[in-house]
Amino acid sequence: MRNIWTIARREYKLYFTSPIAYIAALLTLLTVGIYFVVIIYYTVNNSYYSNNTAPGIDIVIGPLATVFLFAVPALTMRLLADEQRMGTLELLLTTPIKDGELVIGKWLGAFLFMLTIIAVTLVYPIVLNKLTTPGIDQGVMVSGYIAIILLTAVFLAIGTAMSSFFNNQFAAFFATLAVLIVFWWLIRLPTYIVQNDSINNILNYLDLNGRFNTMLAGTMSLSDIIYPISLTALGLFLSAAAVEIRRWR
Amino acid sequence: MIRATGLTKDYGSRRAIENLTFEAKQGEVVGFLGPNGAGKTTTMRILTGYMPPTYGTAQVAGFDIISESLEVRRRVGYLPETVPLYPDMTVYEYLKFMADLRHLPNGDDMVDAALDLVQMGKRADGYISNLSKGMRQRVGLAQALLHRPEVLILDEPTIGLDPAQVVEFRNTVRDVGKERTVLLSTHILSEAQQLCDRVLIINKGRIVAEDTPENLQSRLVGAEHVVLRVKGEADDLLPIIARIDGVQNATLQPDGTLEFQFAPTADVRPAVARATIEAGYDLLEFHPVGLSLEEIFLQLTQDNARKER
Repeated sequence: MRNIWTIARREYKLYFTSPIAYIAALLTLLTVGIYFVVIIYYTVNNSYYSNNTAPGIDIVIGPLATVFLFAVPALTMRLLADEQRMGTLELLLTTPIKDGELVIGKWLGAFLFMLTIIAVTLVYPIVLNKLTTPGIDQGVMVSGYIAIILLTAVFLAIGTAMSSFFNNQFAAFFATLAVLIVFWWLIRLPTYIVQNDSINNILNYLDLNGRFNTMLAGTMSLSDIIYPISLTALGLFLSAAAVEIRRWR
Repeated sequence: MIRATGLTKDYGSRRAIENLTFEAKQGEVVGFLGPNGAGKTTTMRILTGYMPPTYGTAQVAGFDIISESLEVRRRVGYLPETVPLYPDMTVYEYLKFMADLRHLPNGDDMVDAALDLVQMGKRADGYISNLSKGMRQRVGLAQALLHRPEVLILDEPTIGLDPAQVVEFRNTVRDVGKERTVLLSTHILSEAQQLCDRVLIINKGRIVAEDTPENLQSRLVGAEHVVLRVKGEADDLLPIIARIDGVQNATLQPDGTLEFQFAPTADVRPAVARATIEAGYDLLEFHPVGLSLEEIFLQLTQDNARKER
């Protein structure tokens, strides 16, 4: 546990000296901010339209998820690929820490950085709460934030895995993006064509976007929590395995 | 203590090292000598727990490198060939990070001690990205010495250092080597000669010779080689020396010195010195010349190549 924390702490600090991290954070907050202002402006100026639907927390968390789809690969691409490039992986792998601890520490550092970005967006629900009567639904807000936190965990674990598979940062970036796009958009496409219920059930189960939207609407089932956690664990397990395989090659 | 038994490593179909068996005791500095690509780094990576061997095994500090890898890694200090540093950290932050990973109880003190040892105390707060190559090497060494390891493994540690730094570095290694086991690789033969108690010569993944630098010389030469210089011309001295019993291959060199050999069992030097003086010559210089490790190395690797053919 201590090793994980040592690695995570270094990783977290490193983001604050990394231009890519600042750009990712800036783009994320800028996008969410612009989206928020536009929606509020539109709603206020078309009050007839917003008679029964005041904007909810989804106008913050929805775009956040979309931006993370691109920001996460940029933040995770260097996690292990860069250590390999700089030769520091050799250093870490000859210290008395387990491969799993290294990988989890790396992931945790990135996760804490993303949580920091998410924490900044908490200003929007406060503003929304002031703007609307009788205020926003607290339950929906909590479920929405749980959804984005779980989604971030999954995205980062996939990114960590890709970074451990490739020595090249750009290869890691595009591989992460590709896998995320599959889980986010493509996985449910076959359900529009395939008429087989059991296959469609599986695909719907695996579809991150569907689960995310359900949670964003304020409903949550146990599998909505367990599935992303399992996927995160799988990603981290594969990363640790990739590091281990590197040793044997 | 390092004890390697039959270490073999294959990278795909290429065999990097084959059946390496050797030992390095506590308080011994062992040099790993060989051309680039001989398998030095591979062997060191195996011994430090970075990667497992394909066949064979090794014990480092009393632990098995495969089944007790974490224990081995706790007790080994390793400086890889490309010094692994984080340019975004200060020297102190970097060493503190390593101290944390190694769970050193009084990390700050040990970082200070390691910095003192490599004389980098004044640059502790400087960013690694701003350091010169020599200083980076020293920070890398501090990292390897940080936890006072029982076994120190250094891969080409003096590459890129200027001559003054090399001397300093050698002194540090010699000090450390008094009580711990040091295995260092180099392709600079004079370095092995100066630093090491014992030398392992490795070529194409195999150990071709193993001995003290001095023994390696005499073993290969088979005869002692002596140079003699007198004041004035030595032309007339040559037949006098050549006649002495036991003197072999006496020749006059273009630089005016006289060279001869003798079997190590029959030391003819006193007789030669006497004869020179008695013949009325002023003796200026009289010293043995060893085969340099360069020559030994060429001889050994060529012998091997010939055997393979």
